[in-house]
Amino acid sequence: MKRPLLTIFKERAIEGVLLLSALSSIFITLSIVFILFYESFGFFKDIPLWEFLTGTQWTPLFAQPKFGILPLICGTLLVTGIAVLVALPIGLIVAVYLSEYAPHKIREMAKPILELLAAIPTVVYGYFALLFLTPILQKFIPDLSGFNALSPGIIIGIMIIPYVSSASEDSMRAVPMHIREGSYAMGATKFQTAFKVIIPAAFSGIAASFIIGISRAIGETMVVAIAAGMMPNLTLNPLKPVQTLTAYIVGVSLGDLPHGTLEYKTIFAAGITLFLMTLFLNIIGFWFKRKIREVY
Amino acid sequence: MGPQRNPFEEIRKRIVQNKLHDYLFWLLGFFSTLIGFVVLFTLIIDLFIDGFPRLSWSFFVSYPSRFPEKAGILSAWVGTTLVMVVTALTAIPLGIAAGIYLEEYGKKNWLTHLIEINMNNLAGVPSIIYGLLALGLFVYFFKFGESILTGGLTLGLLILPMVVTSTRESIKSIPNSIREASYALGATKWQTIKDHILPYSMGGILTGVIIGLSRAIGETAPIITVGALTFIAFLPSPPLSPTFPFISFKWLFDPFTVMPIQMFNWISRPQKEFHLNAASAGIILLVMTLVMNGLAIYLRYRFRKRIKW
Repeated sequence: MKRPLLTIFKERAIEGVLLLSALSSIFITLSIVFILFYESFGFFKDIPLWEFLTGTQWTPLFAQPKFGILPLICGTLLVTGIAVLVALPIGLIVAVYLSEYAPHKIREMAKPILELLAAIPTVVYGYFALLFLTPILQKFIPDLSGFNALSPGIIIGIMIIPYVSSASEDSMRAVPMHIREGSYAMGATKFQTAFKVIIPAAFSGIAASFIIGISRAIGETMVVAIAAGMMPNLTLNPLKPVQTLTAYIVGVSLGDLPHGTLEYKTIFAAGITLFLMTLFLNIIGFWFKRKIREVY
Repeated sequence: MGPQRNPFEEIRKRIVQNKLHDYLFWLLGFFSTLIGFVVLFTLIIDLFIDGFPRLSWSFFVSYPSRFPEKAGILSAWVGTTLVMVVTALTAIPLGIAAGIYLEEYGKKNWLTHLIEINMNNLAGVPSIIYGLLALGLFVYFFKFGESILTGGLTLGLLILPMVVTSTRESIKSIPNSIREASYALGATKWQTIKDHILPYSMGGILTGVIIGLSRAIGETAPIITVGALTFIAFLPSPPLSPTFPFISFKWLFDPFTVMPIQMFNWISRPQKEFHLNAASAGIILLVMTLVMNGLAIYLRYRFRKRIKW
């Protein structure tokens, strides 16, 4: 039976509209790349790339501006490092516990509550880091300044626990039961099974979850903008104030930002650095995710 | 030669030791899971202790002010509401349409594959990068200015991957027999989707939309980047007018502020009284996020229970 021409036309038109919607994501990515390159192009015309990448001072608003991105990258890596030290061990332990030990009821309850940690607005976390955690830490570490890398680092770490634990747990639970039973049959405890059998088997998924977590920490903005102090210091001392790439962008955007000035272009130069860092991690993460399916 | 060692003794010791390790790890795991709960709980309590006394009717209906005890969140919550309208109108139709295309129409070719990889990558782009995109594209290229429209579109793009993913997951769980039954009755592809696939997957899609919107409500960084103002003591123009044509879209182009930016502004002030205001704004943000996420969890649970193929 042939359908009326109008129906066929309508079907086609709808498919076209849906395809355009799906293509919009590619348009978004292209726009991001284009805008970042286009707006920072003027910046790199004035500032040599070499000076940008190796300079140790970032003072774009001074009378004698210096444009070395290293202090911002250093601040970003310091905060991310602290966050990773908190999130990866805790996230992995939680994932093993929920996947191998916890009874069904506890798991069903714990997962959504943990995921709330990632849902809370980051500006609320910033408040918590600055006005709750920092004063408490100062009681134990008298040298800690009011703005520092430590407190936002810890808070970001806690914030990304669910990114690590949820995805790791999913990939551990995807390990087939018979592999577990094989290990139990050899007399292994749950602990031995988890660390010698399940974690190696689920390695790709766990690695992917770690990388997603790290990428989140690098891109996190408000907690550091509030609690880390907006000072581009080239230091690895977590007790001192630092500035991250993201916090710099926010700091400059808060002021008056005339289009086309060098100041305006610096945030795109910082943005492109950040974008490339997270893109690199996302690609590695994606590669690990693809490997998951090849295992069993 | 030392004393004779009893092999059974060895093994028994081993077993006891292994069981001890197992038990210790169980404890470690339990307490690590608790850390998350404790932080969540402490955060909520801390906010309530600081901010609860400031919550009053006048806090909701006052503009920001130089005097902390007179300052309120009127322009912030109105701004958040209007921005969310634009965000929802952008992300929901676009995301559902893209999800339907990828699940129901997309053939396994390079284009579909590219869109999939790209969607995955977009979900991992830091939110502030969306802010830079919006600053270059919406504010200066399309000349929307630092307006509600710009803010809403930015957050719409930001949560698009979440809506697409939840749409796809939810469509994927519908068995093929449903589609085949519909085709067998002579329905076209679109009729099948419109009358069967979409209604059956609505629960999952709704869950994703709610979670996406709850994330958008709390987003601060991209909105700062597009230049939302931190001090706004007026409301956008009303969407309804008493004279013809009764409806006005002028509000889309008005400057705005949103809840998280108002909170950020109060945190960055040195006076302690403003910090208390920040805590009150934080309570409202937190309650909105928790309610929306709770609703999403409930919906997911309900739909999972109700539908049995």
